[in-house]
Amino acid sequence: MTFWKLFARNRSAVMGLVIIFLIIFMALTAPLFFPADPFSLAGQPMSPPGENGFLLGSDSLGRDVAAGIAHGAKTSLLIGLLATLVAVFVGVIMGALAGYYGGFIDNLLMRATEMFQTIPSFIFAILLVAIMKPSIESIVIAIAVVSWPAVARLVRGEFLSLRGREFVQACHTIGMNDIRIMLAEMLPNCLSPIIVIGSLMVATAILIESGLAFLGLGDPNIMSWGFQVGAGRTLLRSAWWVCTFPGIAILLTVLAINLVGEGLNDALNPRLRERT
Amino acid sequence: MTRLLDIRDLHVALPAGGQRAHAVKAADLHLEENEILCVVGESGSGKSLTARAVMGLLPKPHVHISQGEVMFQGEDLAKASEARMRQIRGSDISMIFQEPMTALNPVMTIGNQIDEVFRFHENMPGKERRARALKLLEDVQLPDPEQTLDAYPHQLSGGQRQRAMIAMALALDPKILIADEPTTALDVTTQAQVLKLIKEMQAEHGTGVLFITHDFGVVADIADRVAVMQNGLVVETGTTEEVLRNPQHPYTQGLMAAVPSLTPRAARARSDESVLSVNKLVKTYSSGGGLFGGKARVVHAAKEVTFDLARGETLGIVGESGSGKSTVARCIVRLNDAEAGEIMLGDTDLRPLGRSAMRAHRSKIQMVFQDPFASLNPRTKVGKIIAQGPLLYGASPEEARARALELLEIVGLDDRAYDRFPHEFSGGQRQRIGIARALALEPQILVADEPVSALDVSIQAQILELLDSIRDRMNLSMVFITHDLRVAAQVCDRIAVMRRGEVVEIGATEGIFANPQHEYTRDLLSAVPGKGWFASETAAAAG
Repeated sequence: MTFWKLFARNRSAVMGLVIIFLIIFMALTAPLFFPADPFSLAGQPMSPPGENGFLLGSDSLGRDVAAGIAHGAKTSLLIGLLATLVAVFVGVIMGALAGYYGGFIDNLLMRATEMFQTIPSFIFAILLVAIMKPSIESIVIAIAVVSWPAVARLVRGEFLSLRGREFVQACHTIGMNDIRIMLAEMLPNCLSPIIVIGSLMVATAILIESGLAFLGLGDPNIMSWGFQVGAGRTLLRSAWWVCTFPGIAILLTVLAINLVGEGLNDALNPRLRERT
Repeated sequence: MTRLLDIRDLHVALPAGGQRAHAVKAADLHLEENEILCVVGESGSGKSLTARAVMGLLPKPHVHISQGEVMFQGEDLAKASEARMRQIRGSDISMIFQEPMTALNPVMTIGNQIDEVFRFHENMPGKERRARALKLLEDVQLPDPEQTLDAYPHQLSGGQRQRAMIAMALALDPKILIADEPTTALDVTTQAQVLKLIKEMQAEHGTGVLFITHDFGVVADIADRVAVMQNGLVVETGTTEEVLRNPQHPYTQGLMAAVPSLTPRAARARSDESVLSVNKLVKTYSSGGGLFGGKARVVHAAKEVTFDLARGETLGIVGESGSGKSTVARCIVRLNDAEAGEIMLGDTDLRPLGRSAMRAHRSKIQMVFQDPFASLNPRTKVGKIIAQGPLLYGASPEEARARALELLEIVGLDDRAYDRFPHEFSGGQRQRIGIARALALEPQILVADEPVSALDVSIQAQILELLDSIRDRMNLSMVFITHDLRVAAQVCDRIAVMRRGEVVEIGATEGIFANPQHEYTRDLLSAVPGKGWFASETAAAAG
């Protein structure tokens, strides 16, 4: 069965994929539909949805909520993807080295990993951003720093079990060097779980970014959903739309990514393939 | 004699879209009181599923009985409800499995697990239950039954666990005992003891035993009647005498002929030139101890192991699990680092060489692995798996490809295999690919670690033949690790017998078989199942 067929058996995963494509489309077309700066004061403040030319209303300063969501989509997706890529890269290297060499190197790297895991990840991210000054780069770095330990632990476990497999030992006996064994022989065999955990991490990264922006630790020059929710929270009772629509955007994106991640897990995990 | 079990026209359906529609097709079998019926066949013959169908333990709904009946005391078990089957299981029909470690609950004591059987099926005060459990453990000849009752499964050896399983299965004096490869995971000496026990218990209780096995030696030792299965069909049934002495069906004849004989084959001249000499090799494993130290447990896997390998010779290293035979093999190819001793390959001692210094010598010693399913990277094409070695040693891609194709032909696979993935091949074919990979570097020495023990007996014979012809053709020397003395008799020129890390005896195969010096060697030889039943062994049987 092809990969796509396996994936498509999970209806909700396909649904999630459709939502993700819509959000990507929205992020790409934001400058076309909302050419103005999303921070600009576009008209009457506190307009309810549908009035004064605002599709989803405006906030206390008269900024267009719909424009903010469209432009914010790019921020959320970009940060989610970048942070995950960095975290997976670091996590795979650490986990692979620890799992492959074992012994002292394993002990050293895993104790380091545990140190990162003892600090609650969101508080750690706040701390890092506060130290580095809020900007896109510092947010990406902060999210990557709190996310890589999970990848490292996963990859270490996979490498530990692969290390003892006979095909890896056969590579030793023909004199292949360690880096080649790790990259060409072992890594392809644990790609599936890495892809799955990576896809789920994108969702977590988006949540962390929104949380940071909500607390005012986002990049002040870039529109994001978390920033919108944060800006509207004091008006929740008088102008519900300011918080609600960006909140729904976060919810939908994270849900869609989780569904896709779940679908990938079903499709890539051979043990679940027989499940009907 | 009364008929206990009557299986008529049994069909077990497999999920749609598989290779076959039925795992078992139109099987007719019956089991009498006080007899042992062996169902024998190779992997995929449907023998295990037949047993599971009787127990109502098929992995439903994918695999189910589609037709036929399983009559037990006037009742059709194929149609019995799950609740009824629960009553029957354990009390009327019970089962023992291949791997007692996974069949027993690791977090419950043996006593509690036996107790469970009584509690589910009978109303009995606790004291009496304990007394009955104690009696059972005595019956299966476990040492110190009192203590075993309070032991956890991991505290017992494999043989003891299987005895405990048997005790549990016989707790309620069932009419039928189903044994699914109960001795396959055990060492040969333990296997002999467990077989003897099953036979004794069966005779004492008059139980009917349905014994599933792939091993004709075991059949010869234990069966009253035999049913041979092939691809879901029962191809032959009869008494042990009839089937083994005078097999009618060509498949049975083929299987019987494939069982390696215990009579060593004729000795070959031994070359004076030594290619490998291992001197006082020492390897210990330690486990436990963490970041901050702690007490580590030390196991001596090889204690001053010494042997020579002559050019063109095959040296067998035989022994039971934990004897250190695999460790020695892995030390020679430097997958493990030995602590002391010498591994002389020509004039170089391989033991102290570092990783990069070793690389220059790697090509001279190559290894064939045990498990044909784990030894090939599932994501790499067969051609690349074989060509990889020559490429690493500087062959051009064209040369490597030509070499790989040539090797595929030598090991009896056709060119199309080059571009396919390992999962498209059967176990025997995969083992051929593994051998081709090992040969790709044109080694002088081939170390084969149980290369045929994961294969069916007919495939096993083909692979052994292949190894033999390759050895002669390429003038290879071979170190052949095996637990199976039958295989050793057919392949090895000399044999080293190992026990607990020590070589207790070494010598020419014929000499060892005819006149074993060490007591342990004699134990091993006498435990080999089915002596005297197979081709060209009749002479040996007399002695």
